[in-house]
Amino acid sequence: MNRFGFSRMMLVLGLLFIYMPMLILVIYSFNASKLVTVWGGWSVKWYVGLLDNTQLMGSVVRSLEIACYTSIAAVALGTLAAFVLTRVTRFKGRTLFGGLVTAPLVMPEVITGLSLLLLFVAMAQMIGWPQERGIVTIWIAHTTFCSAYVAVVVSARLRELDLSIEEAAMDLGARPLKVFFLITIPMIAPSLAAGGMMSFALSLDDLVLASFVSGPGSTTLPMEVFSAVRLGVKPEINAVASLILLAVSIVTFMVWYFSRKAEATRKRAIQEAMDQTASESWKQPASQRPATQQIGATA
Amino acid sequence: MNTLTQQFQRFLPSGRKVVIGIPFLWLCLFFMLPFFLVMKISFSEAALAIPPYSEIYSFAEQKFQLLLNLGNYAMLGDDELYISAYLGSLKMAALSTAMCLVIGFPMAYAISKASKEAQNVLLLLIMMPTWTAILIRVYAWMGILSNNGLLNAFLLWTGLISEPIEVLNTNTAVYIGVVYAYLPFMVLPLYANLVKHDGSLLEAASDLGSSNFNNFWKITVPLARNGIIAGCMLVFIPVVGEFVIPELLGGPETLMIGRVLWQEFFNNRDWPVASALAVVMLAILIVPIILFNRSQAKEMEGRA
Repeated sequence: MNRFGFSRMMLVLGLLFIYMPMLILVIYSFNASKLVTVWGGWSVKWYVGLLDNTQLMGSVVRSLEIACYTSIAAVALGTLAAFVLTRVTRFKGRTLFGGLVTAPLVMPEVITGLSLLLLFVAMAQMIGWPQERGIVTIWIAHTTFCSAYVAVVVSARLRELDLSIEEAAMDLGARPLKVFFLITIPMIAPSLAAGGMMSFALSLDDLVLASFVSGPGSTTLPMEVFSAVRLGVKPEINAVASLILLAVSIVTFMVWYFSRKAEATRKRAIQEAMDQTASESWKQPASQRPATQQIGATA
Repeated sequence: MNTLTQQFQRFLPSGRKVVIGIPFLWLCLFFMLPFFLVMKISFSEAALAIPPYSEIYSFAEQKFQLLLNLGNYAMLGDDELYISAYLGSLKMAALSTAMCLVIGFPMAYAISKASKEAQNVLLLLIMMPTWTAILIRVYAWMGILSNNGLLNAFLLWTGLISEPIEVLNTNTAVYIGVVYAYLPFMVLPLYANLVKHDGSLLEAASDLGSSNFNNFWKITVPLARNGIIAGCMLVFIPVVGEFVIPELLGGPETLMIGRVLWQEFFNNRDWPVASALAVVMLAILIVPIILFNRSQAKEMEGRA
């Protein structure tokens, strides 16, 4: 019990440690003073000023665009990878495949970024594509590392699933493709949404990969912020940072809320179905069940 | 008509092959193949060209020539800068992993012992920062740690110090930033492991007279082994190659390999040396990466 008290205290301190700096950042973004360290009263002028900064706004739009494409592609690719990892137990190169799926999670970004850039340069020399690095090359880079996160999230869900439901559908004559789209996908939908949102967030704040594989004229928001931050703390950047924090918090909260809701509905549905079958089979012998159902329908 | 489709279908790959093939091909093309390119270019020479390196093989007059330039690697071994950058990165990663473990284990333990409702909320609170731009979270510390920042203002106000201490642009600031940024990555896998533990084991041990301290070291820690490995690797490996945190919070004395690689590539435009740096970094990290993959695989099998 004593250690439990200690660990609880650590939890509170740890959460404070995680959230205090972000809170301070948001508060200071409303600082009227040009000097970032002196408090000069509340103001929203830095937020208003952002709208006039066309260069920054352009990079915001570009980043959002890439993040959209990335989340779609990463969910598709990551789900396929997760499906292969959990359902196809035996094929040539399975160990290699497993390694390839999980390695991007820990691979230092400078290595991935450099290697992808070299690939794109080599491809441009050999097959003439991509002539210019930009949105497409950043999208490929982001999709590759985001799909690893999706694969981890989705495979955790796939492993929990009751295989007998899919087997039942197959026994009733459904083709594998149909089973996948009508049975498996709806059951793993919450984790697909979570993976998609996660990819969106990851893509939105990646600096290192984008710096390596972007070309002239395709500066993303983190690159813009980074070049400003290098020169020191500025009130405008506080405002941008607060907006990003707000956006990410909303997205995270939505994912959490919806996945919990879906989980609760699912559990309730299962519970109801079980209660129903239990009470029915207890009341009536199996042979008389159609009759009871008819009575129930007329009543 | 039917036979025609069947004839046609014979040439199409089966569904199973497509399902395995798409992710496999993508990862091979965009994740594995690039590493071989990095290896290739690390053996080439820097040249004033676009792209700025020389080809390592040539085929002329029926002679195939392979020219491996080991100069880049020799340079890495000779130059103090590179060696101390590698050592600096490893030290930074090891120490901050240890700090994350010390702070993160009690946190994960407390979450796993909380009520089901509280667990959900606490997990959300831990997870939220991992989705938030690392750049922004590091930037938040720049404002706090600077000479006239909040930390110094607070310490001056309490009277603990009489003049501002310099924290920003030192190694201390980098340690704070790294632990801050990677703490959730330690807590999450630890929690996922700790929450599966069977409490009756601890009760049985206590009934037989084991102390809390003994329980912790003899039961909880060995059971949490896979979680500890996963958490430590999730922190250690990326920190070795970290660029953003040392660049923004560190000073000139903060030598880390990710930063050196970035400078070689973007400032000196020396692609071969940057590639050689990446190859050596990968060689150092290959053992931890395999350890991580193993623990992931074990965790997956254990649950199935």
